[in-house]
Amino acid sequence: MAGHDHDHLHDHPHDHPHDHSHGSELSETQLRVRALETVLTEKGYIDPAALDAIIDAYETKIGPRNGSVVVARAWTDPAFKKALLADASKAVASMGHLSRVGDHLVAVENTPQRHNMIVCTLCSCYPWEVLGLPPVWYKSAPYRSRAVKDPRGVLDDFGITLPKNTEVRVWDSTAETRFIVLPMRPAGTEGWSEEKLADLVTRDSMIGTGLPLNPAELDSKVK
Amino acid sequence: MDGVHDMGGMDGFGKVEVEQNEPPFHAPWEGRVLAMQRAMGYAGAWHIDHSRFAQERLPPVTYLGSTYYQRWMLAMESNITERGYATPEELKAGHAQTPGVPLKRKLTPDVVGAGLSRSSFYRQQQGPQKFQPGDRVRTKNIHPATHTRLPRYARDKVGVVELCHGCHMYPDSVAADRGDNPQWLYTVVFESSELWGPDADPTLKISIDAFEPYLDPA
Repeated sequence: MAGHDHDHLHDHPHDHPHDHSHGSELSETQLRVRALETVLTEKGYIDPAALDAIIDAYETKIGPRNGSVVVARAWTDPAFKKALLADASKAVASMGHLSRVGDHLVAVENTPQRHNMIVCTLCSCYPWEVLGLPPVWYKSAPYRSRAVKDPRGVLDDFGITLPKNTEVRVWDSTAETRFIVLPMRPAGTEGWSEEKLADLVTRDSMIGTGLPLNPAELDSKVK
Repeated sequence: MDGVHDMGGMDGFGKVEVEQNEPPFHAPWEGRVLAMQRAMGYAGAWHIDHSRFAQERLPPVTYLGSTYYQRWMLAMESNITERGYATPEELKAGHAQTPGVPLKRKLTPDVVGAGLSRSSFYRQQQGPQKFQPGDRVRTKNIHPATHTRLPRYARDKVGVVELCHGCHMYPDSVAADRGDNPQWLYTVVFESSELWGPDADPTLKISIDAFEPYLDPA
């Protein structure tokens, strides 16, 4: 980091500058990011139009709905569920309409006996292709530090209380394997379409810090 | 390295704060940072483990005091200057003073789909798979000053191999610029008492993904 002074970052740990119309109000971070992009562009390494397309993809296309439809399919199609648990990369690829998930996706199933939770204690590994970009809390020190030691305490922060005897299994994503939780299908959803079931599948239920919505919760969400 | 990034099991960071209806990015510059990282990765400028190691080398107060994408920016500046893609002076001035060095390829709008796809980390095995699901293993007590993916809380602990994920490039070698050095990768599961002592929640089990060099038979 030669040549740069980090003091400003220490002083403003939660620097989330807003877009100001006056150039003079740009934060140090904004200026440094702009300098990076200009230098890398002038060097011929990057194309700003490609950056625009990447940002657009993460803002509009790659989100937790990708994972929700996978879960809903597993809830309705036993053969697909079996394939998903055996090789999630292959099973998700077979759905075709999703972006390629790479070779290393593993689906882990919640049961009445076991609840799964995903974390990356070392950085922020997360199944982007099926869940989109990770939320800030997933990348934060409180979650990364506590998930492996006090997951029930973490679940309490999310308003979730599991039965005392349920096994809690925490998967620390310490390599390039990525995990997605297959939550349990809520009661009272017999005969529902995949489309409607997918509406019950929240992002957090696929990380293991939440449960799928039940039909009543979906109703109140729609209203 | 035994850095502050390796925070599994630490106390004192407080409650998990959830932001409702969180946007993908909180400011436009965050998206630019993410996209530049993807574009430079696609170009082959450095590997994801170089990005991780650059973040781990930030001073602890900087690591903890910066937002997520600020850390990415700082790590990117390190990799750019240390690997000779631009000089600190150029970054400070905000303009290139010399032409770039050749890179493998360039991410352009027509190939952004490929740039977003996750590459495979599988590599050709160098030797036979040493462990099978069900085997008891002890993680090594290692403290390299360089990048490793064996977290501190799971060192010198006995666990059971649950899955084998095939042979992958080895981050400890990649981050040190010593090549892919492919290694078998396993999910190893630990009882909570093995990691956190007799007072640990008895219903809890924790797994890590461990490369074969991290493991001894137990």
